[in-house]
Amino acid sequence: MGERILEVENLTVDIPVGGGMLHAVQGISFHVDKGETLCIVGESGCGKSLTSLAVMDLLPKKAIRGADKLSLSGEDMRGLSERRMSDIRGNTMGMIFQEPMTSLNPAYTIGNQMEEALKRHRKVSTQEARDRAIYLLEKVGITAAASRLNQYPHQLSGGLRQRVMIAMTLMCGPNLIIADEPTTALDVTIQAQILLLLAELQREFEMGLILITHDLGVVARIADRVAVMYAGQIVEQGTADEVFNRPTHPYTQGLLDCIPIPGKTDRGKPLGSIPGIVPSLVGPFHACHFAERCTYAMPDCTKGDIDMRPALEGGHEYRCLLDPETCQKNAERKGVA
Amino acid sequence: MTETVISAKDVTRTFMISAGAFRGKKPLHAVNGVSLDVERGEVLALVGESGCGKTTFAKMLLGLLPPTEGTIEFGGTPVAGVERLKLAKMVQPIFQDPYSSLNPRKSIGSIITLPLKVQGDPNPETWRRRAEEMMELVGLPSRLFENFPNQLSGGQRQRVAIARALINRPEVVICDEPTSALDVSVQSQILNLLQDLRKELNLTYIVISHNLAVVEHIATRVAVMYLGRIVEQKDTESLFASPEHPYTKALLESVLTPDPSLDVPDTHLGAAYPNPVDPPSGCTFHPRCARIMDHCSAIAPKTIQSGSGFVQCHLYDENEGRGRAAS
Repeated sequence: MGERILEVENLTVDIPVGGGMLHAVQGISFHVDKGETLCIVGESGCGKSLTSLAVMDLLPKKAIRGADKLSLSGEDMRGLSERRMSDIRGNTMGMIFQEPMTSLNPAYTIGNQMEEALKRHRKVSTQEARDRAIYLLEKVGITAAASRLNQYPHQLSGGLRQRVMIAMTLMCGPNLIIADEPTTALDVTIQAQILLLLAELQREFEMGLILITHDLGVVARIADRVAVMYAGQIVEQGTADEVFNRPTHPYTQGLLDCIPIPGKTDRGKPLGSIPGIVPSLVGPFHACHFAERCTYAMPDCTKGDIDMRPALEGGHEYRCLLDPETCQKNAERKGVA
Repeated sequence: MTETVISAKDVTRTFMISAGAFRGKKPLHAVNGVSLDVERGEVLALVGESGCGKTTFAKMLLGLLPPTEGTIEFGGTPVAGVERLKLAKMVQPIFQDPYSSLNPRKSIGSIITLPLKVQGDPNPETWRRRAEEMMELVGLPSRLFENFPNQLSGGQRQRVAIARALINRPEVVICDEPTSALDVSVQSQILNLLQDLRKELNLTYIVISHNLAVVEHIATRVAVMYLGRIVEQKDTESLFASPEHPYTKALLESVLTPDPSLDVPDTHLGAAYPNPVDPPSGCTFHPRCARIMDHCSAIAPKTIQSGSGFVQCHLYDENEGRGRAAS
């Protein structure tokens, strides 16, 4: 594996709310290497988007971020000035959001916005910026790139807008791209095209990519490593092969059991489901977060914090009291291993 | 023994779209000559990309939009002649986003009993009991009767929407993307619920979805729409086992199953979705088709019977297309 681009240790995000403190992200550690894709997967409210905003330092004002380590290409990002952060964002670290219509400015042309992204960070002429924009628009598969520069976002389809967003993110040649649900608003056919494009570009420019999604199908196809989040914690982390072929945490197993897979699940038969709802993260919470909904819950599960522990192989780890062999048997019984 | 509940014949819906200041208006055929029979008790899925006319078609079935041409019949009587209220008793919708389809100022109880009120149900004293029975049936605790939508989770809200749709015992339920706004674990609960209710209440579903994995799981028959037309229609099993239309094939390829040994598929669909105001000539799919032939851009394909359904593609029309192209 190449050099380490992003290293995050024990990241926390706390948000003061009416009834106390909402511990939205509770001690998350992960890293991204050069040319590697890390997928953070989880359901809504699990803290995956806040994690990405915390890395970018784009959290809402009242949210409080804490971390033991937060370094991008060796530079400590904790306590950096807003000015220095603006130099990093869009330059060495780019971001792609879910809905391209709301993240592009409707009042400026595509060309304007793309050129600005480069001119903010580099001393280049408008012509050079324009050339780079055309080069990148062609790279992301947009035909007649030069004429597109004069168009406004509303004149483009959803798929094209997302391509423009990706091209804009690449303007400064970032080391790391954080994509938050980049294909959720798109049609399945366009989704496949955009994912293919992201994977190709990442290989070509050797960037690190963090992809945040709730779609397990997307994760399986594109991820090198996967982190499964539940209620503010990473509950399982490993390579895509480990997490999908040997899911260990009961939550991961439950998720994989929930989705219909053509040719694998019996048509018309009931799908697996996870009963109950996500616990409230307001106030102190020292127990397994999944215990309430877990079919294997034991009395010990609610007696204290649960730590990550190694699974059967490699860097695969999970957060559960059950030993890996038992988890493996459970997965096989459920038919998800 | 099959019985046709809904029968649509050559249904077309045209919208007039402004082409710009002083340029007049241009027709947009959102639904273009769709014929479809829905049998009692089946689950018919309409699939296709956004803008292909799925929702417009559903709106016409609900009587919310009149068709520009063609007729829709419900159990033999044309929808055009049926009163709004009577139609609402037979067909009910479930919408995609349970956050916007429920009135935030009304309690769960009044949301669920509203259809009874609207229909002028003669026994108001039974409303509450019936609503609570319905809530139990869809898996909502009856203590939520006095609560408001903002106190409920997404899955619970979708259950309220289902209870509201079913309280008048409709024959047909039109589900427009019923689970796409929900989380994976909630999606499976709602899908299971819809399946159970169908068996219990003998319902007919028309499911609109772009999630083909969901469609494969719950549908008995699938109609693939492209630019306002149904390009392939078959029972689920044969459609997924042997898709014929190149567009269906591309759609099926783009289903991402959670298998880490596979890569992101290349669907070769290339060019973006065409402008529906100015559709391509001949077969409307030809600019994106991987198996395009000479006459595809000139002649519109005919409907060809194939197994349990039909397909509209020149590939399966051996003599006709070429014969006419040559002449």
